[in-house]
Amino acid sequence: MMLSVKIASVAAFLAIVFIAVPVLIAASGRTDLYYTLTSVALLSIASAGVWFTFYIGRINIGQGAYALMGGYVSAILVMNHGWSFWPTLPVAGLFCAAASVLIGLPILRLRGVYFAMVTLTLTEVARLLALALPITNGAKGIVSIPLPGALSVFGLTIIPDFATLQNSRLAFYLLAVTLMVVCFAVMYRLVHSRIGKLCQSLQQNEELASSIGVNIAYLRVIAYAVSSFFGGVAGAIFAAISQSIYPSSFTVTDSVNFMLNCFLGGLGYVFGPMLGTLVLYFGWDLLFQTGQFQLLIYSGLMIVLMLVLPNGLLSLALPSRKS
Amino acid sequence: MEQVIANGLYLGAQYALIALGLTLIFALMNVLNFAHGQMYVLGGFITYTVYGQLGLPFVMALLASGITLAIIGALMEKFLFRTVIRRSLREESTMLLAAATAFFFDAVILLLFGEKQRGVPKIVKGVFNEGGIIMPYDRLVVGALALIFIAAFVLYMQYSRVGRAMRALAQDRVAAQLMGVKVDRYSMIGFAMGAMLAGIVGGLLVTITGVNSGIGGPISIKAFLMVMIGGAGVVGGAIAGGFILGMMESIGLTVLRQYGDVTYLAIFAALMVFLSIRPNGLMGKPWG
Repeated sequence: MMLSVKIASVAAFLAIVFIAVPVLIAASGRTDLYYTLTSVALLSIASAGVWFTFYIGRINIGQGAYALMGGYVSAILVMNHGWSFWPTLPVAGLFCAAASVLIGLPILRLRGVYFAMVTLTLTEVARLLALALPITNGAKGIVSIPLPGALSVFGLTIIPDFATLQNSRLAFYLLAVTLMVVCFAVMYRLVHSRIGKLCQSLQQNEELASSIGVNIAYLRVIAYAVSSFFGGVAGAIFAAISQSIYPSSFTVTDSVNFMLNCFLGGLGYVFGPMLGTLVLYFGWDLLFQTGQFQLLIYSGLMIVLMLVLPNGLLSLALPSRKS
Repeated sequence: MEQVIANGLYLGAQYALIALGLTLIFALMNVLNFAHGQMYVLGGFITYTVYGQLGLPFVMALLASGITLAIIGALMEKFLFRTVIRRSLREESTMLLAAATAFFFDAVILLLFGEKQRGVPKIVKGVFNEGGIIMPYDRLVVGALALIFIAAFVLYMQYSRVGRAMRALAQDRVAAQLMGVKVDRYSMIGFAMGAMLAGIVGGLLVTITGVNSGIGGPISIKAFLMVMIGGAGVVGGAIAGGFILGMMESIGLTVLRQYGDVTYLAIFAALMVFLSIRPNGLMGKPWG
């Protein structure tokens, strides 16, 4: 793709999410859409993490565990230790990344279905831990977390106090979308860097990669940590938006959904998870009117999509790499 | 102590039967069947309808569960999984399909049978109480039936023509095809058998624990655990995994009772440690 086309499409995307969407929502008065779009943005951050583990050839169904962990870290720091929300955001991410290094060192040796199954049970472990640990307040969860306060650097207020804002939904939307843009920019940069190429070599053949001197053990732990960092950050903001976190906030279903978002968007494309999340989340919302048939139609459509486009939605627009 | 072991054996027999179906499908197709728990629930509801509602004999209900699920499994393989495997660039794509079918089954079960917990009349009344072991007779019957099904399955895989073909397929798909094994046909039979096993366990257990539409996911997770312990795609591994998980659950519920509901937490932790030492489970082949 030409550089100018790239810049133009990025500019168009930014214009849409930062200007067009708020203007349209203000014009139509559908402020409830803010919440939907914020969720899409956050879920796509978590899905981007899952996508990156796909990129090293691992099927990750454990992102819900890190999202839950991130949410709890942020909530506990704000509630019990009196932190402001903003520093807890990177701390939650880093905590998840550190945890994922510890967990990842043994389990990243597993491959294929074994890794998928272990990460799936990891989500269940996180839920059970949240129920059992005293600091997480068990099944009652942590509730009435205050909204994020003001953030100022050298006396200059960068982000106003969310509680004083008239429209905190818009503020959360802008926050989530900004993070999403940053996250996908980072992903794009990562994938097109030297590390990205090395990760791709892991996806194709780990033994071969290792034989030509790629440090596979190090790389896959790094990739998993990056993935979990995104999960933790997304979970922390979710806790702040809903002002609560429960052991059931992120369950196995969420973990599976993160994986499905990646599949649906297409595993070969960096922006696949974003598109997949948008389509799945909105599809689910739109089908709400069908009442009890919602899940039936939704899953039926998913099966049909899979039969028609087994390589993801973006495989329509972009030529397949294999051919 | 005897009680704990007896409970563990009983749990193990039914768990092993669940894991067998999952591991069979995995061995033949390299598909991780997320819908396994949902198939179990479907089997349970069919037995509930035929035995509990219509009042027909239990054996017929069990047969109905098994046959219905076998047909569903065969159709799933033929029209869904085979197509996707052929068209997809990465074989992991079947996981999306499997997850979608799991959601689909959930929806169908919810629409057809509602969300209530359902149970059926006991098949055998009375309680066995001797030598410090207390065990209702129906559990003994179900445990024995599960053991018979496991034995029948193993013998069938070992000595029948179909079983031999499927073992060849699991060992090396291409080589089996070159030797004249009809790969497509035996994949379909294998998928049908895996689904049938899930349906049969569902039918067996509905007489004891009952069934409700929400337990499909947790059952799938338990089946994954057993397969991980024993090693994916190995019949012996699935049986071993089932009995080990049953035993651990039985012991954990007794020993860890005073600490609250932490049995599964302990099992998961033990599994992590175990898998870091033996990544392929007890008997599994390396996968990659």
